[in-house]
Amino acid sequence: MTDSSAVLVLLTVISAATPLLFAALGELITEKSGVLNLGVEGMMLAGAVAAFAVAVTTGSSTLGVFAGALAGAILAFAFGVLTLTLAANQVATGLALTIFGIGLSALVGAGFVGIAVTPLPKLAIPGVSDLPVIGSLVFGHDALVYLSIVATVAVAWFLKKTRGGMILRAVGESDLSAHSIGYDVIGVRYRAVVFGGAMSGLGGAFLSLAYTPMWAEEMTAGRGWIALALVVFASWRPWRVLFGAYLFGGVTILQLYLQGAGGLDIPSQVMSMLPYLATILVLTVIAAGPWKGRLDAPACLGRPFRPST
Amino acid sequence: MNDPVSTTPARLEVQGVTKQFPGVLANDHVDFAVAPGEIHALLGENGAGKSTLVKMIYGVLHPDEGQIFWNGEQVSVADPRAARQFGIGMVFQHFSLFEAMTVLENIALGMDEPGDMRELADRVTEVSRAYGLPLEPHRNVYTLSVGERQRIEIVRCLLQNPKLLIMDEPTSVLTPQEVERLFETLRQLASEGVSILYISHKLHEIKALCDHATILRGGKVVAECDPDAETAQTMAQLMIGEELKTVSRRAGGNFGEPRLVVEGLHMASEEIHGVDLRNIALEVRAGEIFGIAGVAGNGQNELLIALSGERLAHHAEIIRIDDQPVGRMSAGARRRLGVCCVPEERNGHGAVPAMSLIENAVLSGHHRMELLNSIFIKGAEARRFAEKVVADFDVRTPGAEASAGSLSGGNLQKFIVGREILQNPGVLIVSQPTWGVDAGAAATIHQALNDLASEGAAVVVISQDLDELLAITDRLAVINVGVLSNALVTAEASVEEIGLLMGGVHGLDAHPAAQGGGETHAA
Repeated sequence: MTDSSAVLVLLTVISAATPLLFAALGELITEKSGVLNLGVEGMMLAGAVAAFAVAVTTGSSTLGVFAGALAGAILAFAFGVLTLTLAANQVATGLALTIFGIGLSALVGAGFVGIAVTPLPKLAIPGVSDLPVIGSLVFGHDALVYLSIVATVAVAWFLKKTRGGMILRAVGESDLSAHSIGYDVIGVRYRAVVFGGAMSGLGGAFLSLAYTPMWAEEMTAGRGWIALALVVFASWRPWRVLFGAYLFGGVTILQLYLQGAGGLDIPSQVMSMLPYLATILVLTVIAAGPWKGRLDAPACLGRPFRPST
Repeated sequence: MNDPVSTTPARLEVQGVTKQFPGVLANDHVDFAVAPGEIHALLGENGAGKSTLVKMIYGVLHPDEGQIFWNGEQVSVADPRAARQFGIGMVFQHFSLFEAMTVLENIALGMDEPGDMRELADRVTEVSRAYGLPLEPHRNVYTLSVGERQRIEIVRCLLQNPKLLIMDEPTSVLTPQEVERLFETLRQLASEGVSILYISHKLHEIKALCDHATILRGGKVVAECDPDAETAQTMAQLMIGEELKTVSRRAGGNFGEPRLVVEGLHMASEEIHGVDLRNIALEVRAGEIFGIAGVAGNGQNELLIALSGERLAHHAEIIRIDDQPVGRMSAGARRRLGVCCVPEERNGHGAVPAMSLIENAVLSGHHRMELLNSIFIKGAEARRFAEKVVADFDVRTPGAEASAGSLSGGNLQKFIVGREILQNPGVLIVSQPTWGVDAGAAATIHQALNDLASEGAAVVVISQDLDELLAITDRLAVINVGVLSNALVTAEASVEEIGLLMGGVHGLDAHPAAQGGGETHAA
């Protein structure tokens, strides 16, 4: 492998990690408020198809990105109505949301299969982007890659430094206490859920507009589930989500290269399992390790809240 | 000095306040007034309507009838935020704290305008020093003892410069030293003009602290008195409305063979913030009532499930019942040998809320009362057993078919305690036996425990209520951070001594009570 191909591998790792990072950051905020939304996969697909359809129809990939975020947010809002207002079971509703998202995106996307779209433009800085190695690794990505990094910083800052972040954590930690002090538990959770949906939608938009600029049914291929696992892996901390997303992105690319390299006498299906096996392995190690019980899971995660009057 | 019609208006006055809940008239035309700088007691049994009344003052509930006056002006308290704006602060019996967050964050969350966090940290340190309530702003709440947690709530109120501080049963979770410390703080506040509404059913505390007392019974004000002029006995009669039954004690000292022996019990907790049991040793003989004192959350629950068999010890020999090693035996096998058990948590641990009293009686009673044959429940026997419990322990219920969850806390407690005692156990382990029950029923339960012991059973009573332990036990030990002290003979033990074993004033490094790791409750 030459130097330039090593750079190429790293570049693909960044692309593979970005959708995971978006979705996992969104889910992190959702879960920090005490809501478990298992519909990430469905919301990503909705985002992917909406972004692609709008980009193809209008010719504007910017509008496409916004449409992707909006589609994710709308699905998340529906999830909020069911689980927050109507206090439905979050696990069952989240699973249903994923199945719904798969079906809906296939329906909407049926007319867009096989169409190509111009990928998101790379933001090139003249001079700097042409530097060897550093130039192409650090500069010259599309706007969403930078946005995902900015979002990590923003989420970390929001949770740690702002009053809003403190209230969000409080609501996820003890809904009853937050309510008795006088906070609007349901309102905070709605905002967190909708933010989570918009971020999943952005992750989907990145897939259909930048990673593989096309639409295919179920093109997320389980990335929503990996994003969910990442949040646990990161023990609900934004910087660890960033690390985890790049780690899992790396595993995804590794298996592609191993498949491509041939030589190894392993069926390609087994190689394709690698990222998912890694997910299961990591979750098992986390659950069994000596740090079990110190994962900082929000105490109210997944519990419906009904305020007493 | 606090006549409501005097020229200076009362800080708070309540007139004719009435609150109806489905099936219960919780407050019936309640009148009382609190003067500026006065420490005013609201005294009454569980269910007398004290908590309902103060929740209306704090805006959590709204009265159906009646008026509330604040400094002489009629007001309506829409919600807790409005109450805080008047200058009313409240420390709840069950804290509203966030375990995984810091002291400072918890305080900021409870304030309407916390301002800059760094300044707030300074103010917290300042206020906590000024009132003798030591707190470290950046500690996580789950590492703190219950007493330290209560300080957070008090400091949170004090930062908003309250004119009236409501304290709902504040001492039920404190060591005697911490109670004394709290009283000093409250007296200091009162001398600065803050009125204090102090809710309790502990008479000696009210005598020690309060200037004036309003006594509630069945939702009505039955008396106003000056606690200094009354004795604990006369106030108790006003509160209960009848003569207090006295529990007849057994002749102590004549104990038989050891029935429950524990040696070298270690057990890591399964809870996230639980307490590990460390080298527990105790011996309870036939005819003896053995008390385990301690502040809540020091390993009492862990000890109970280790003794009952819900979790197994590492070796059979660690726990012996009647000289038989049972450390590796399941809870059911231990029950067959005569170990009965009343856990602290009534709903979900002591009883299944959605099941009837009959079914609940079968669940724990079938080993000893033969309520099952090889396939079926013996319906008639089960009903008879449940009805006997209901009758003997005066459980107020429409019938034995009623679901456990439909009973009030005190009634369910009577049922669970009764169910275990009537199985005639050889060893009874009971946690918080009279928690939430009225004084009459508490006397019944104490009498039943006494009778059981005089018939030769070994009884272990785990309780946070030191008065209860001093009244009924023969020997007692103190559990603190999962370590059980040596046993003391109850008749010779002083409250001081027990309080120091309980950890003295938690969170004070300078205090001599640091023995046994008493300074923190790090998980």
